[in-house]
Amino acid sequence: MVNYYVRRTARVFATIFMVASLTFGLIRLLPGGPYTQLRAQLLRQGVPAAEVDARIANLQNIRPDAPLWQQYIDYMFALAQGNLGESISLNEPVVSILASSAPWTVFVVLVSTILVFAIGIFLGALQAYWEGSRFDKLFSGISITLMSVPFYVVAVLALYVFAYQLRWLPTAGTIGTGVERQLSIPFVLSALEHSVLPIFSYTLGAIGGQALAMRGNSIQVLGNDYVQVARLRGLSDRRIATRYVARNAILPMYTGFLLLLGFRLGGTVILEQIFSYNGLGYYLISALNANDYPLMMGTFLIITIALVLGVYVADLTYSKIDPRISAGDSDEAY
Amino acid sequence: MKPTDTDSVDWRSESRSAPDVTTRERLREVYDDRIRTPLLVAWADWRTRLGFLIIGGYLTMALVAILGLWREPSTNQAPRYLMLFENMNYPLGTTASGTDLAALIVHSTPDILLMITAGAVWATAVAVVIGTVAGYKGGSVDRALMSFSDLVMAIPGLPLVIILAVTLNPENPILLGVVINISYWAGLGRSLRSQVLTIRENDYVEASRTMGVSTPRIILKDIIPNLMPYVTVNFVFAARYVMFASVGLYFLGVLPYSTQNWGVTLNFAYSGGALFSWSAAHWLLAPMVAIMGLSLGLILLSQGLDRVFNPRVRTRMSGESSSTAGDDDADVTEVL
Repeated sequence: MVNYYVRRTARVFATIFMVASLTFGLIRLLPGGPYTQLRAQLLRQGVPAAEVDARIANLQNIRPDAPLWQQYIDYMFALAQGNLGESISLNEPVVSILASSAPWTVFVVLVSTILVFAIGIFLGALQAYWEGSRFDKLFSGISITLMSVPFYVVAVLALYVFAYQLRWLPTAGTIGTGVERQLSIPFVLSALEHSVLPIFSYTLGAIGGQALAMRGNSIQVLGNDYVQVARLRGLSDRRIATRYVARNAILPMYTGFLLLLGFRLGGTVILEQIFSYNGLGYYLISALNANDYPLMMGTFLIITIALVLGVYVADLTYSKIDPRISAGDSDEAY
Repeated sequence: MKPTDTDSVDWRSESRSAPDVTTRERLREVYDDRIRTPLLVAWADWRTRLGFLIIGGYLTMALVAILGLWREPSTNQAPRYLMLFENMNYPLGTTASGTDLAALIVHSTPDILLMITAGAVWATAVAVVIGTVAGYKGGSVDRALMSFSDLVMAIPGLPLVIILAVTLNPENPILLGVVINISYWAGLGRSLRSQVLTIRENDYVEASRTMGVSTPRIILKDIIPNLMPYVTVNFVFAARYVMFASVGLYFLGVLPYSTQNWGVTLNFAYSGGALFSWSAAHWLLAPMVAIMGLSLGLILLSQGLDRVFNPRVRTRMSGESSSTAGDDDADVTEVL
């Protein structure tokens, strides 16, 4: 058992290592090479060639003339020390940009995903319980309609109605301009105010999918013999619903929850652009547009590491939820 | 069609000796079992019917575009900022540059359909193979496959697509569909695996195993049919993801603009200020409605097809007329 946890933990590090290598390769693949554009730009500004090289070397702790393997080793060593280089467009260490932007993204994604999951499970379970009823039909219809609306459409419309027309909520940013960035009541209020629309538009469209998934799972579970047996044994409806049906219906969705978090972390690229919400996704796109490779790699890696940890947690807790599956390797293989 | 015909579609046909059954009868059985009954089951559901109609509508639009029955979109082909139905020659109105919106929407359809099909087929096919093999085989095969999935899954989807799109500049819709869903299979494969873990503990799987049935056969005959409801639903999700992601990325302006796409239209509308003036709102609404309509059709279809592929529902349905479909639902709910 301990062995399994050790191995699983080792896999987390191996995965992060491989993804870091992959990011290195991917960014190197980009057209024009990583620093050609910057060099051309600096040279055009009249900066002497020697200084250009020095500045570029500074940016990523990489010697641009060094062979690729040397660059790779430099990159990995710097990374291991938490050094992600310096942003080209913002003239700031990448780490500090990420540290100030990641909490916003995590906040929005986490809150909205929890809302999606909670509301979805609740509605789906009710629908399955009353399958075929008017309530079920109505909510199936609503769910299906919600699912066919992409969140950016909701975002654009919400922005138009609530921010531009009604002026109830701010149109852009993470906090108001006059608010100081420290933990105080005006700060929290302003932050909440700015996060309402992003969270709303990121939640609304996704509820339908979760509700339908829960409904489908529950109906499938309801068809199982053990539910019938439980009923014949005269167990209370409440016990059947929570111990027999809900548990087995939520199980397949549990891994889905953490995956959903990951997918949605990537989706913020679009969301944050619409609301000019200065989170990870916002910086990823602006880095891409500005050819700011260190910042791009940094955002990429942070999102990646969040995902890896999510799946890790899912794996470690999976056996706690489903007693039929003992943690990983003690399973006999067919 | 006599009721006895359909009644004979059952296990008995397996055990009956060959000379009793003519090829014709056998074909008929296959037709009843594989085509007629599923279609009846599917058609009995209003969602499938509506889904078929909507998808049919989009296929017609694609056909119209391919056969050139509607004019190609081009700038200054019509007066600027025509509203919806203002001029019936341009039913959806025109954009700021005088482009026929209906033409934009219609001529985007074939590429979008190709793209989402390619992406969804890619994602589900890879996921089913990886998920079932990993879940069923267990052991080191499972570990290797899941490590690989973990690695792929650990790469955030949209950002990866953005970087790949910039690097590869995929202009072919099929390639673009695959690129957008390049890592989608990993999550799906993982959740399929967790389903397989449960399914493989079932009695009939164990029975097959004890009888010495080969692994590929068990996976094909015993496991995959049980996954089908899940797979069909996720096929549609994958397709929807391709559409949403592609339109979103076109909207952001990170995908190459070579192909006509609703997202490009949306992008132009958004940056053209269509959000803030009523005279251009239709410019924004037309592509939105197109996206949501296709998505709605896909989801409705998947909801309906769920019944076809759900073995439990199908067994109950086979041989019965479609009109009893509604009553059957009641049985399921009664259980709780």
